Amino acid sequence: MNGPRAPGGLVIEPPRGRPDPAVVPNLHRAAGNWAAHRANASGRVDWEEWRERARAVRADAVRNLPELLELLEARVVAAGGHVHHAHDAEQARNHIVRICHEAGATRAVKGKSMTSEEIDLGTALAQAGIEAVETDLGEYIVQAMGDRPSHILAPAVHLSAGQVADLFARESGRPFDPDDTAALVGYARGVLRRRFLAADVGITGVSLAVAETGTLAIVESEGNIRIATALPRIHIALMGIEKVIRDWEGAGHLLQMLPLAAHGTLAAASTSFITGPARNGDDGPSQLHLVLLDGGRSAIRGTAFEEALHCIRCGACLYACPVYRQVGGHGYGTTYSGPIGAVITPLLSSEGDADALPGLSSLCGACVEACPVKIPLDDQLVMLRARTHQRDPARGEAALFAAWARLWSRPSAYRATAATAGRALRPLWSALARDGWQRRAPFPFSGWTDSRDARSPDPEPFHLRWRRRRGGSG
Amino acid sequence: MPGRRVQLFVTCLVDLLYPGVGERTVALLERLGCEVAFPTSQTCCGQPALSSGYPREALRVADRFLDAFADTEGPIVAPFGSCVHMVRHHYPRLYQGERAAVAARLAARTYELSSFIVDELGQETVGGNYPGLGVTAVAYHHECHMRYGLGVTDAPISLLRGVAGCTIVEPARGELCCGFGGTFSLKLGDVSVAMADEKLDSALAAGAQAIISTDVGCLMHLEGRARRRGLELQLHHLVDLLEPDGRL
Repeated sequence: MNGPRAPGGLVIEPPRGRPDPAVVPNLHRAAGNWAAHRANASGRVDWEEWRERARAVRADAVRNLPELLELLEARVVAAGGHVHHAHDAEQARNHIVRICHEAGATRAVKGKSMTSEEIDLGTALAQAGIEAVETDLGEYIVQAMGDRPSHILAPAVHLSAGQVADLFARESGRPFDPDDTAALVGYARGVLRRRFLAADVGITGVSLAVAETGTLAIVESEGNIRIATALPRIHIALMGIEKVIRDWEGAGHLLQMLPLAAHGTLAAASTSFITGPARNGDDGPSQLHLVLLDGGRSAIRGTAFEEALHCIRCGACLYACPVYRQVGGHGYGTTYSGPIGAVITPLLSSEGDADALPGLSSLCGACVEACPVKIPLDDQLVMLRARTHQRDPARGEAALFAAWARLWSRPSAYRATAATAGRALRPLWSALARDGWQRRAPFPFSGWTDSRDARSPDPEPFHLRWRRRRGGSG
Repeated sequence: MPGRRVQLFVTCLVDLLYPGVGERTVALLERLGCEVAFPTSQTCCGQPALSSGYPREALRVADRFLDAFADTEGPIVAPFGSCVHMVRHHYPRLYQGERAAVAARLAARTYELSSFIVDELGQETVGGNYPGLGVTAVAYHHECHMRYGLGVTDAPISLLRGVAGCTIVEPARGELCCGFGGTFSLKLGDVSVAMADEKLDSALAAGAQAIISTDVGCLMHLEGRARRRGLELQLHHLVDLLEPDGRL
């Protein structure tokens, strides 16, 4: 009944960077709901003070990462858990497959985890003969469609209720009403319940890990992760190393900030706290495995991009982003999309195949305002664009900017270009112009006039007007 | 405060494409009692290069801003929030050493026109009128670098409220970027235009007959798209309303 999972990975395909009419109405609806909830919720707390505290918790964690990871590992082991280190995605996949094989596990239930998408775990499990079912409703839908998640938190945000109803109708052979949410959810619940009961292993992500007690905290909306970490005999938790934080005081704040930024609520519908496997004959998994993925994260520490590691994966910058709103998550061609995806993907990818991503932003700064940990995403996007050109010069463009800088760094040459644009080229403009606007423009502005009229350069620029009427005195 | 000396930073887009906005800015500041100087060696703030990923080229051009204004006195005022954001936010980070101190001093002196009038001159309204007869419904478009970068939203609205002959309407999701974004508008033209269309459509749906802003980049992008679509929408810089007959 479930289609093969579409391949994941940090970078999946080149960014499309075009509006996707099929998803725009769904995205606009979801982003509108987010904005309304968020406006309502951020008025209930001292938002700026909360952000500053959340930033400080994350900054402490990332600055002291080696120490905190050591403490976390010691506490997890002391609680009876196992810790596995993965330098890269391949090592993480191998750890997880090996743990399943050693335990004779062939059936897995998965909680929503972007980190598992990042390492393309689905493909690895399928190749290893382990049947893994996504149990988050959105992930389940996306998996069943052979699709990929398009949002950090809301994997199926690009789909409509009608598409989900059609999918479930095909799967079950009976019709569904798209407006009958209860029936849709009820159907998925019935399917998933059987999978939960049959599963040997539950595989989840981690929202944050509290070093001082070795506790994994996982927030969710549906309760599926609670079941996936309680019913199967083995729990494997996959975590990016940056998700560790020092103590419960910090955890208490972030566990309110995360749902506040994500949904406008002060608590997630469900938060699971896991400290070691079941003990003393209690119910629950007899094994807990924590897989710590570096995957390029360590290399970001200590650089100008370190704050990108502060991200708590709330998805707010995606909802706030006017570009994400038009192209959707799949328009980025990556697992992590939106502004944070355009920042961390090139940083985590060693291939340089994500270097076009920072271009997918108008640099408006809405993401920075939305970010609960104050990551300067716009500045990082600007710095990444420069890094891209250093690594792989876009020759034509670089030559244009070099020529531009030569001219406009000389006041006389600047004024000459202004005068030339307005006067010497006047015959060219005016042939195409109509009351100061024109339907076509020469390179490099021709892309503009494919869909917009262009403002004609004024025959008498301000500099000239000032000199003529004010005598040029400064 | 008669005779207060102000340095006009006209910005390259206003200079080349909207010189009338520059003239009206001068006329308005003079009506408010300022003595306006125009350092003629100014060119561009360098933002197009920086945003496109060419910080070295941006610095070459930004150097001219430093040279043009470093030895002047009084506030530096621009009718363009995005360029002010470049000076205030990016210059102190782009420069190192001695030049960084010069850049920081200039940054602290540089103001966007509407916030200068409201916050520095203490004038919450300055009059003005919407050109033509009757009452025009206008939507205000906050330029993003002013809203998110400089944190200025109230000043232009305050001034707009003092303009006769118009009434302000509020389009849905008015905070969204219009899609200009400098070279973004050329490199990702389809996305840029889709963003403009959403902005224009929501303005029309709110009953707006005109869109007002303080960013001639946004205005050029939105008006260019509105013209191509044949929409009945006027686009104006705020100063076009505050000082409609202003001339040098």
